[in-house]
Amino acid sequence: MDYELHELVIGYPGHEVAGPMTASLHQGELCCLLGANGAGKSTLLRTLAAFQSPLSGEMLLDGRSLSAIAPRELSTLVGIVLTERIRTAGITVRDMVAMGRSPYTNFWGHLTETDHHYINEAMEQVGVASFASRQISTLSDGERQKVMIAKALAQQTPVILLDEPTAFLDFPSKVEVMLLLRRLAHEMGKSIFLSTHDLDMALQTADRLWLMGKKDTDAASQAQQPATGTQQPRQFAIGTPQELVNEIPQYFPSRHLSFDATNLRFNIQC
Amino acid sequence: MKHTTALIALFLSVVVLFVLSLYNGSVSIPMSAITDILMGRSTPDHPSWQYIVLENRLPQAITALLSGASLSVSGLLLQTAFRNPLAGPSVLGIDSGAHLGVALVILVAGGTMTAGSLTLGGFALVILAALVGALGVMAILLMLSRVLQNNVMLLIAGMMVGYIASSMISLLNFKATAEGVHAMTLWGMGSFSSVTLDRLPYMVGICLFGLTLAFLLIKPLNALLLGDYYARNLGIHIRRTRTLLLLTTGLLTAASTAFCGPIAFIGLAVPHLARLFLGSANHRTLMPATLLTGASLSLVCNIVSTLPGESGVIPINVITPIIGAPVVLWVILRLEH
Repeated sequence: MDYELHELVIGYPGHEVAGPMTASLHQGELCCLLGANGAGKSTLLRTLAAFQSPLSGEMLLDGRSLSAIAPRELSTLVGIVLTERIRTAGITVRDMVAMGRSPYTNFWGHLTETDHHYINEAMEQVGVASFASRQISTLSDGERQKVMIAKALAQQTPVILLDEPTAFLDFPSKVEVMLLLRRLAHEMGKSIFLSTHDLDMALQTADRLWLMGKKDTDAASQAQQPATGTQQPRQFAIGTPQELVNEIPQYFPSRHLSFDATNLRFNIQC
Repeated sequence: MKHTTALIALFLSVVVLFVLSLYNGSVSIPMSAITDILMGRSTPDHPSWQYIVLENRLPQAITALLSGASLSVSGLLLQTAFRNPLAGPSVLGIDSGAHLGVALVILVAGGTMTAGSLTLGGFALVILAALVGALGVMAILLMLSRVLQNNVMLLIAGMMVGYIASSMISLLNFKATAEGVHAMTLWGMGSFSSVTLDRLPYMVGICLFGLTLAFLLIKPLNALLLGDYYARNLGIHIRRTRTLLLLTTGLLTAASTAFCGPIAFIGLAVPHLARLFLGSANHRTLMPATLLTGASLSLVCNIVSTLPGESGVIPINVITPIIGAPVVLWVILRLEH
């Protein structure tokens, strides 16, 4: 299912954060949202998840306006994974994944055979089935993140949005989660959209990048005049990592970084 | 299966404690005589025994059971709604609201009305006042919850509302007659004995209504365990659920407070004991477990308060903190890890 944005401006009443943006999130693609802190990544994710309304512009999910879709139906179209850790004791991995079935269960939340089937399938897809009865409070960050992804899979939404799913993870776990998401996009045809600060990882695994930031083509001027509050025009770019080689360094201006366009990686200037 | 066993065990404990409550009391009556009375046979030698068991101990045991169940479920709803393990009807000032309502009726309107000698009309007025007071605090919390997105802030706001209510109660006490103050003080210590058999149906009705409402909210409560964003994403209507939760809590707290006085710690501590016993946060089992644990615990308090002896009846609020405070300390210590 495709998610299309037309001239979307996001923010809060009286305070524009980013936009206008025109972009599409395609079925079967892993799409990474990159940008410095304060660029509006979280605001964009909250807007895409319908937690807050856009200031202007259109959001079309499979050709239908997002505002015209009832919450109950939306819960079967868009799934989310947030950065917030669930600390509640007494929830097992299976309980958590089963939460993803809420949009489909009856008034009492009774799980049918079909529900159990999808719960088991989701746990196997992400490799958490072997510890299904463990409490989530005892899991490592990487394991817990996979459980939350399994929850989103059990929810069977064609679109999955993830807010910094690789934050707080050790390096091997980051790679594992990114490759898992890439596989889910390619093999299950999901539209997967995530925000991240792990540039190298995103550049190597994403099918498409969304770049958000404040326009600044001269990195040196930024370094000399930090936080002067001058209004820099907002900037937004979309494309495959290869298509964006010239744009990427502009979004992460720092005199300590140089971008290697052939290998798609940043080098640190010591 | 493990959970079913736990629930059956809790249910049996309620039954056993309920029966014990009937056989135990400050007046010593032979067990065989009590069995006879309960079986409907009269005890011609001691007509007062029949009165004590049927008109006194039976309503008191039912009151203890319902009050414990209502306060505990109310505490569970609040802890989940605010995602805060230290939320409870007394912490959020809900029972202070009910308390204030009752104080207004007893001290200002009546003055000499004591809990035992209230007319039915006066009694209905007390219940109504408690309801209005509790729902008033809930309404303030509801309004604040629209502004305060942070649940911890809302919890603190609730405590402040409670302090204001308490201070108004103190002011009323200061201005009231000696009899009024005495009645208020007795009521404030908590008692399961002020509900007589003919008034019991009112309490049963209100409590069962509130408990039924609570059970209808099991599915959204489970989703709320993950926080508002996840719950919304799972199709839960947050504002409507929150409003229903607060109304149900207000009703359950008001029912218990109006009939028994403000009972401390049960609402805060019991959900934790139930979680500990059950090992699960799933409300499908946690809600019945909390209800049964609350009923058991307050039956225990009732038995302890009426143990045969020369001291007479010990106020309930002397006993509940001894059980409740260690539980709260344990929760705080565990949060630190």
